Order: sequence, then C-alpha cells, then structure tokens
Amino acid sequence: MKIEGWILIFVFAGLVALIARPMGLYLAAVFAGRRTWLSPVLAPLERGFYRLGGVKDASEQDWKGYAASLVMFSLLATLALFALMQLQHLLPLNPHGFGPVAPNVAMNTAVSFVTNTNWQAYSGESTMSHLTQMAGLTVQNFLSAAAGIAVAVAFARGFARRGTGQIGNFWVDMTRATLYVLLPISILFAIYLMASGVPQTLAGSLPATTLEGVPQDIAIGPVASQEAIKMLGTNGGGFFNANSAHPFENPDPWTNLVQMLSIFAIGAGLVVMFGRMVGDERQGWAILAAMCALFLVGTGIAYWSETQITPALMSAGVDPSLGNMEGKEVRFGLSASALFAAVTTAASCGAVNAMHDSFTAIGGMIPLVNILAGEVIVGGVGAGFYGILLFAILAIFIAGLMVGRTPAYLGKKIEAREVKLAVLAILASPLAILIGTAIAASTDAGRAGILNPGPHGFSEILYSFASTAGNNGSAFGGLTANTDFYTYAHAIAMLAGRFLVIIPALAIAGSLAAKPTAPASVGTFPTNGPLFIGLLAFVIVIVGALTFLPALAVGPVAEATANTLN
Amino acid sequence: MLKHVRPALVLLALFTLLTGLVYPLAMTGIGQAAFSNRANGSPIVRDGVVVGSSLIGQQFTRPEYFWGRPSSAGQGYDARSSSGSNLGPSSQALADRIKVEAERYGVPASDIPPDLLTASGSGLDPHISPAAAQFQLARVANARGLQEDVVSSLIDAHVETPSLGILGEDRVNVLELNLALDELGRAPA
Repeated sequence: MKIEGWILIFVFAGLVALIARPMGLYLAAVFAGRRTWLSPVLAPLERGFYRLGGVKDASEQDWKGYAASLVMFSLLATLALFALMQLQHLLPLNPHGFGPVAPNVAMNTAVSFVTNTNWQAYSGESTMSHLTQMAGLTVQNFLSAAAGIAVAVAFARGFARRGTGQIGNFWVDMTRATLYVLLPISILFAIYLMASGVPQTLAGSLPATTLEGVPQDIAIGPVASQEAIKMLGTNGGGFFNANSAHPFENPDPWTNLVQMLSIFAIGAGLVVMFGRMVGDERQGWAILAAMCALFLVGTGIAYWSETQITPALMSAGVDPSLGNMEGKEVRFGLSASALFAAVTTAASCGAVNAMHDSFTAIGGMIPLVNILAGEVIVGGVGAGFYGILLFAILAIFIAGLMVGRTPAYLGKKIEAREVKLAVLAILASPLAILIGTAIAASTDAGRAGILNPGPHGFSEILYSFASTAGNNGSAFGGLTANTDFYTYAHAIAMLAGRFLVIIPALAIAGSLAAKPTAPASVGTFPTNGPLFIGLLAFVIVIVGALTFLPALAVGPVAEATANTLN
Repeated sequence: MLKHVRPALVLLALFTLLTGLVYPLAMTGIGQAAFSNRANGSPIVRDGVVVGSSLIGQQFTRPEYFWGRPSSAGQGYDARSSSGSNLGPSSQALADRIKVEAERYGVPASDIPPDLLTASGSGLDPHISPAAAQFQLARVANARGLQEDVVSSLIDAHVETPSLGILGEDRVNVLELNLALDELGRAPA
C-alpha cells in the first residue's frame, strides 16, 4: 500500500463532507418550494409542466396517493422504455443499424432502469441505438433518480410534520428534483466531461487504421450527456459495456475523482437536508458520521486486499509486489479502483471503473458486503437515505427495548406499526437475495451462467442477486445474465428491492406525519451523539451479518481461505 | 389509480422531450462547437489518416513498437466491444492465460512488469506503466536500430505523473509513444 492511496481515500471523504452542506441547503430550499437562483428560468417551465399534466401543485397527497402516483409513473415508464427498445430498428439515430433488443433482455433492462438499478444484461455499444440511449435510458436515469429523491423528501417530511396525513405531492417533488437538481448539475458535469475527452456526437463510430495497418472501428456516441446523470443519479448504467473503466466514459484520474464525488453528492446532501427539516442539523451529521465510519473501514480493507497478489497470479509466477492489476486500468491503479468499488456499492450506483469479478476474494467481498448492508452508507439518491432511516427506526426500537422505554425518534413515538413496516422494508431485499441465490445455485439454468468455477461461481450468483435486489447494478461480470432464467429472476429481484422498500417507507412517513411531536425530556435517548452513531452502525452490521454470513462463508470467505485454483 | 394516469403520461412525455432529446442534443451542440476533437473521440490524424484515438489503446504485435496490456475486448482492443476478462482471483484459466502472455516476452513471468500480464478492465487501456515501457526498451531499440538512450529519453518524455501527487499513477500512453518513435525514424538524419 502506498501513502498516496490512503491520502486519496481521506481527501475524498473530506471533499464529500464539504459538498454535503451546500447541497443539503440547496435541496432543502428546492423541496420547500422556496425560490432559488435558478427559479427565474425554471419556474415558468415547471408551471407549464404542471398545467399540461393537470397537476395541482398546491395540493398534497397522503402516503397512499403518493405511492400510487409513483407506481403508476414507474409502470408507464417501464412500458415506454420496453417499447422503445423493441422499435429501435424502425426509429432514427441508429447508426449501427441495431435490431430490436431481445424481448427478455428489453424487459429486464426496462425494469432495471426504472428501478434505478441499471443492471445491464446487454453490452451497450453493440445493442442499443443512440435514440434508445438518449430518449430511453438517459431519461430513466433522470426520472428514477428523481423518484428516489422524492421518496426521501416525503420520508423526511414524515418526521418534520405533525398531525397531518399529507407527505407532499409526488409529481411536484419528482419534477423539482429533475428540473432544479439533476438537470442543471448534469449540464455542467457533461460539459466538464466533454472537455476531458468524453465523446458527445450523433455519429456511431470513429474509423481508424492502427499504426500496424489494421482497421480499428472505435464506438462513439452521445456519451457525456448520459455519463453525467449516470453518476449523479447513482444509476450506473454505462454507455459502454466496460462502464467507467472505459476511457471514453472516464478518461483520466480527475474525471474519476469527480465521478466518485458525484455518486455521493446528492446522497450526502439529503442527510443534511433532513437535519434542517427536523430543525437540528446535528441529527443529519450523526447519520453521516455513522455512514462514514462504515465506509472507511470497508474501503481500507478493499484497498489493502487489492495490494495483495491473487492465487492465480501467484501460480503464474507474477511479481507480487504490485498487487492485483487484473481488471484494473493503469491510469487509476489500485487505490482509486478499490475506492471506486467501495463508493459505487456504498451508494446504490453500480458504475464500475474496474472489474469486481477479478478483485481478490476479500477485495471483491467488500463491494458485496456494502450492497448486502443495504447500501445505506451515504446511499443512492434517496434510496440510501430512507434506507438508513429505516435502520435508525430499528436501532431506536432496540435501544428502547434495552432500557424499557417507549422508543421515540425526533419526538415521534416509534410504535408497533412503524417497527413492523421498517422490518418488512429491511427484510425485503435480503429475502429476494437469498431466495434468488438459492434457486439459481440449485438449478441448471442458474449454474449455467457461471464463468469462474468453484466458490467464486457462487459469489457471482450471490453478487448478481444482491446487486439487483439492492438496485445497485454492478456485477461480477463473468455471469452470463442475458438468459431467460436470469433476466426474469433478476427483474423480480429488482422490483422487490425497489417497491417493497419504497411502499413501506412511505407508509411509515404517513404514519409519522400524523403523530404529534413530543418535546424532548431527560428520558429521551439523544439521537445526535456518539452513542446513537455507534448503535446505528452496530445495528446495520448485526442485521447484515446475521442475514448473510452463511452465504458469504460459502462464497468469498471459502475462496479466500481455500487458496487453490479452480 | 386512473387519476394518476394523466400526470404520469404527460410528465413522462415532457421529460422524455427535455432530458432525452433537448438535453443530449444541446450537449452535442456545445461539444461539437467547443471541444470538437474531444467530442468526436479524440482522433489522432497522421498524414490525413486517422490512426486511432489518444484515449483508446490499440493492438501492437510488431517488435518495433511498444506493446500494450493484454486485452479482453473482442479479439483484442476491439473498440466496439469493451470488456475485462472477468476471470476471478483463483481462476486456473487466468493463470494459464498469463503463462501464454509471458511467453510473448521470452522471459519468466516474474521478470515482467505485472501490468503487461494482466488484462485491463476495459480491454482498451491506452496506458502501461513506465516500468513496462522500460522493460521493452531493448527490443524496440534493437528492432529500429536506435540507441537505447534515445528511446529511453523518449519514454521519459511521455511519462504522465499523478496530478497533485495523489490522483492517478505514473503511466505512458502507448499509442502516443509509438507515434513519437515513428516520428523519430522520419526525422532527417
């Protein structure tokens, strides 16, 4: 390990903390409906959208209405995206003349992008027309992220309000998230990426003749516009198969740093926004501190592990001093690759700048564990925030049991209904992961997809269900995922991981918003100090460990300890 | 549920227009106007011929060129099918592949800089480490009939270092180095 690698990791964490506050204040202003400096341009556009859509922006919804709007929006978006992929051969902007996407892959992809997963059972540059990438995938990169932010805001309102059943208006929150947050930042980001070498053209290829006289057809396209929102919206679905390892998606170490920061920017900002909304910013920073502790531990282990040589490299006689460079890019090296892997799985992004399948056994286990922990370390835009608050409710409940007091969080009594809903939401993804993995590992259809035999093959399956149910989208990419079995199984996992979390979360928000807020007393468990931070991190680790240790033992732990080739 | 259909349909259509057409097309306009070379894939033109992209690695097999890393993109540096090998840490297939790669250099694997034996994540990595370039110095100089110190200083001139000391690794762009080598040969004696 090099000192520069560690400095990078800590500098990164510091930069995230610096971004969190201005972002949080801006988000708080946007979702409170206050004027921002972009309002003169965007407010007329926003009003026009509402008028055409018949949205009464002054009227709010209860949790059921909010959830119904979100589900209907997601359903129509899925159908539209599926149709676009089926019809792309008839539509313009298809320079390579790609045919319609195979129906099972198109279904899987439509679900994947609408649920903010961006699991990719296809290879972008050889499957999707430019129109599909722009008007289909890029659009859902925006809207699925906006929907996630909307849910997070509605959830925060549950704590901030009292005595009302209303938690906001989905259409307004979703529209504001897109217009005021995602689109302006994406425009700046895309311009920066273009200046750094990310292509942005309607042409399909750059034909070249190499120095040795061989033709090289270089795929290009409207990459920068998609890349920006891919990172900012924690989507992670690459224009190219190799994702952010591809030099056209991530040309240099600077773009790599900015991409990592953009994954965390909104997620960290939402936590600060939450603190502002409940009237105590320290509440938000306490949550962020718990996240940060878990993040640094995981990242450190991953970095250390990647500096070790793997059994495969060792057996081939490779010089062990430089660690594991299989699947990594020279311009990023070990620390920036390990850090990116931890960031992309701590949030539910799923972009990769190195191939996780080729990581060391332990180095590859860290991203897996980050996903299994629920992607609550900063988390995806929105999803990570309501995810960690679900854990916070559980932590408060456990603390209440220990001291024999009715648990309360931010003045809201946490009662049976909230705890049941929180547990349902927390267990939805693990159930989908473990059941899906069990079925795949015990059927021929499931085992047929494995690239690497032995324990690593099991890890490939486990990672795929973790990634889909966790709405992450990264992969142990060796798994052949475009088969009927996996496209349907993963689609079910993605839907469960999205809606069986969002709907209970909204139900909790509605239930909390209706409660009165009790003033803090001497008996109140403080939720802005180190005791709570420790308890929260502890609950996340315990729930994850109890659920997944057996599966991890069969996969990465077995591989790390066996030390034999398969 | 029906009352949710109209806003869902209308907003989906409007946002498809805005974020799916207006935004990417506006970015394309800006890119083409302001960063024409980069927005079109950073092509390198020599004698009126596009010889590659400065960001994309290409296959080199001749002794007079520096070679890049092993590539799992198609048959090797296929820039229409980027990919890593996805071979795992205890993969026999990976160990076997490395042994074959090592034979290309005619020395034991332990003497070869590891980036020349491991495939990149994209299969299109344009870089190798400075050590990997120095390692190939004798072969390249010999094939071209050049003094080793001439080629060595050319390598040194092409080393990119980490920004601010922490961002990135020491690296050499293989295509640009090879282009410079060719230029060296063309220079008037």
